[in-house]
Order: sequence, then structure tokens, then C-alpha cells
Amino acid sequence: MSTLNVRFALARDAFRLDAQFEAPGRGVTALFGQSGSGKTTLLRCIAGLERAPGGLLAINGEVWQDESRGHFLPTHKRPLGYVFQDARLFPHLSVQRNLEFGWKRTPAPQRQVAFEQAVGWMGLEKLLARSPQHLSGGEKQRVAIARALLNGPRLLIMDEPLAALDAAAKAEILPYFDRLHEELAIPLIYVSHALEEVTRLADHLLLMEAGRIIATGKPAEVLTRLDLPLSHLDDAAAAVDAVVAGHDEEFGLSYLDFPGGRIATPRQPFAIGHAVRVRILAKDVSLTLDVPKRTSILNVFPARLSEIVEHNPAQLLVSLTVGDARLLARITRKSAKLLELQPGMEVYAQVKGVVLMP
Amino acid sequence: MTFSPADLDAFWLTLRLAGVTTLLLLLLGTPVAWWLARTECRVKTMVEAVVALPLVLPPTVLGFYLLVALGKDGPLGRLWHALGGEPLVFTFAGLVIGSVIYTLPFVVQPLQNAFQAVHENLLEAAATLRASPMDRFFSIALPLARPGFLTAATLGFAHTVGEFGVVLMIGGNIPGQTKVTSIAIYDHVQSLEYHDAHVLSAILLTFAFVVLFIVYAVNRSFRLQST
Repeated sequence: MSTLNVRFALARDAFRLDAQFEAPGRGVTALFGQSGSGKTTLLRCIAGLERAPGGLLAINGEVWQDESRGHFLPTHKRPLGYVFQDARLFPHLSVQRNLEFGWKRTPAPQRQVAFEQAVGWMGLEKLLARSPQHLSGGEKQRVAIARALLNGPRLLIMDEPLAALDAAAKAEILPYFDRLHEELAIPLIYVSHALEEVTRLADHLLLMEAGRIIATGKPAEVLTRLDLPLSHLDDAAAAVDAVVAGHDEEFGLSYLDFPGGRIATPRQPFAIGHAVRVRILAKDVSLTLDVPKRTSILNVFPARLSEIVEHNPAQLLVSLTVGDARLLARITRKSAKLLELQPGMEVYAQVKGVVLMP
Repeated sequence: MTFSPADLDAFWLTLRLAGVTTLLLLLLGTPVAWWLARTECRVKTMVEAVVALPLVLPPTVLGFYLLVALGKDGPLGRLWHALGGEPLVFTFAGLVIGSVIYTLPFVVQPLQNAFQAVHENLLEAAATLRASPMDRFFSIALPLARPGFLTAATLGFAHTVGEFGVVLMIGGNIPGQTKVTSIAIYDHVQSLEYHDAHVLSAILLTFAFVVLFIVYAVNRSFRLQST
């Protein structure tokens, strides 16, 4: 049984956590929610740092907690890797000894990656002798991730590992996450309140609000559901998975095939066949009723309008089906009225720009 | 500068008493300080007050109670005797007990402060890295509290060296047994041997200054290191 099975309820002062979900037993499960929605508390329950009275937690068939049978593994007996927002490296130990902390306490057969492998993945070769005080924020977080990997985890937990970093440090560290994503066979629960990170990394998405999980599913679906708050955020965007189909050297373009058609983008440094995730912002999509002719926009897709809801007094939010993919469009109420847009209509979606997430 | 053999005896006895007391206090004080630093329990405030009592209590009061309690008719003395122990009052063992109690706050408080400065965050991180509670104490809390141990040990040692009232009450003035330096100085003054009193006093003064100087210097370097 390859799943994460999680149920925790907890009352703390004015806050109530009442979270229950199932998620795939591998890949990245992103836990998205606003600050104060209970994401960290849920993670702390999963790690056993908080004890929820009626809690239940099973990781790929291994029961870590089942309070109905009085079963509770204390934190130090849970094979997990926890990356905290603030790294929490031990200041009295060198980078090397920080990395060895969990490694030495993990019985050899339970180890998941070789020491050198974790060091290499996170690019720490030159930092091993350093003291944590002399690392940049991004370096600290890479050490923290390697330390968690070396703990022989059956489950990785990351609590907003990029939130404390500036844009440059984020850009520096994100490629390491992509590497992790490709190499790792264990499930990762990744907490974030940054939509872009979630879109980039998630295989599965959990949406949390006021202590409850209000939606779970594929990012492509959850991101474009108009009844959920994600589609109403300023930077709301659809995510589509695409494959590099070809390059046009004459015009410096690359073509990406997705289940709804072919996207043209400025030339990308990827080989043909490389899989990418493409983020298409709702505000970059406009609608026409006829095939647009004599337009500067290259990316036009026939689409079926599936749903329309109000976004604010001036704007509407539209969800579209493009082939097997789903897109979002934010348009004015006035245009919708002029075009007499109705659910079920066939339209053309003009996409002004896309963001690639390799 | 000359020492009489009796003064030398007193001096060695003082060092031995301070050494034994400090060692015992580090062993006993560490768990107490750790508990005080981590607990939210209601008894905590009471324990803190009891530990701090010797700071404000006249040593003679403490010494008097100890004399009564440890004496052969006192509750602890009788228990001790029933267990087959030699009398405690007016012996080195009695002095050690008195010193341990009298110096308790000087060891427990720096340790407690040092343990409180060890952030719960780091202990949690260690827990997620397979460290049991005992393991977390030895691998995280203890090394991070190292400056506190140095302060506690030196203050405990120095304070025991400077002890007078408690010793006088429960130890008396037995050469080689209970006659420590501070008592020897008192004796010299009583006998108008000011020269001998001067020599011993100067030694204690220098000792106290050097010890405090080292504590502050080391703490300063630790602070600089960790910033």
C-alpha cells in the first residue's frame, strides 16, 4: 500500500487543527496554505513533535502513530528527514559533523543515500570543514537538506525551506530541489505559501485553510478549480506538463508539446524530449471568439469554456479546457458581456506569455 | 614569605574541600539545573527559591540548622548513624555537606542560565535526527552549555574557598580536619599574628581575583566566538 495516511486533530488556544488526507507514497506532495492555516502544526504532528490525542499516521504501510491503539512513536524513533525553515544547524559542530549527526545514528541497512552522494547532490564538497556560522542562508539550507537525507528517512518533510531566503539564494537552491525530485524514491511533504514554488515542485497538492485540508489532487486540477482560493490569487496560474518538441533556430524559438497543443517560447537550452512544467498565468490569457488573424501572439489554442465566476467587481475568472489540459483566464466583466461568454462555448485562448519550470 | 606547616595544612584542606565540593555540585547541580531550565511545572518556583536561599541567608543560620540536623540527635544525624555512618559534625564529610548546600546557587544558577540559552529548536532538530532525550542532552545541550559549566565550576570552587560561617558552625577548628584557610586567618587575628593573617589573606585575595578574571575572560571569548 503505497500511500501516506494522515489524520490529526488538535486544539490550541484559538486554533483548531483538524486535518485528514491521503497522498501518494512517493513524489512531492505540496502543502499549500496562508500563514496561520496550520501547516507547521500539521508537520509537527507528523514528526511527533506535537502529540495529537486522536492522531493516526501511516507511511507506506508503516504505522507511526495510531492513538486508538495507544501507539505513538516518539520523534527520535521516526525515520524521517525534517528540514526546518530556519535550517537549525548545530552551531557547535562543523558542516561535516552536522551531516554525520543523523547518519551515525542510522543503522547501515536503513541508510538511503551514500554520504558522498548527499554531499554531491547539494554541492557541499567545499563547505564540509566550515562552521555553520560562516555559511550563507542558501548554503545553510542545503546543509540542512543533506543532513535530513542522510538520516535514512522514509518520509521527508520540508517546512518552507526557501521562505527565509532572498530571491538570489532561492534561485541558487531551486536546481538542487529539481535534482532531489529526480533522484529520490521517498515521499516528500513540502510546505509553502509561495504559489510558484508549489507549481514548480508538486506532483500532488494539498490545500489547507483554517486547520483543515480543503482540497487534494493533481496540481493541474487544484490550481484551476474556481471554487478554491488558489485560482483567485493575484498570481493565479495553470500548470501544464509539456515536452520539448523542437527548436526553431531561424527565429530563436523552442516548441513545447502539451496535451492541448504546441507552445512557442524563446529558445530553451533543453534537448528534444526534455520534460518541463509550464506555468500560464491567468492574467496572461485572453479570449477571442474567432481565430485571431494578423495578431502578434503565437500561442493560440482552441478551447472550451468550462466555468465562469466573479473575481472582483470588474473581473471574471474563467476556466478553460484545452485538449486534456486546463487553463485559467482573467478577463473583464465588460468583455464577457460583449462577447456573451457562456459555459460550454468554443473559444480561442490567446496566451501572451508562459513561465518555464524545467 | 613563609608558611607554618599548620597554615600549609589549612591551605591544602581548603583546596581539597573546594575540589570535592565543586565536583559533587557539578554532578548534583547539572540535573537540577537542566530540570529547572526545561520544566514549566509549578514546583519549579519553589525549588528555585530553595536553591537561592544560601544567597541571602546568613551562613551562621545555615550552619546552625545543619549542626542541629546533622548532630547525633538530629534527624539526619540519627539516620546516618543508623546506616552505620561515622558522626558528620566536626568532620571533613560534614564540611563537604555544608559547603555543597551553601554553594549550591553559585553552581546551579549559571548552569540553569546556560541550559536556558540552549534553544528548544536545536533539541527538536536533534530529535528528528534520531537522538533520544539522553542523547540530545549529551550531544547538544551539554556542549552548548560549556561556558556555563566553566562559570559554575570556578564560582563554586572560589565560593567554597571563601566560606567561613558555615565551616565555623559545623566544622569547628580541627587542624587537618576542618581548619580551612579562612578559619586559620581568623585564628591568626585572634592571636594578633597579623603577619600570618596578611600572608594568607593576600593569597586568598589574589586567588579570588585571578579566578574571576579568568571566568570573565573566557566567557567573553565564548561570546565573541558565537557571534
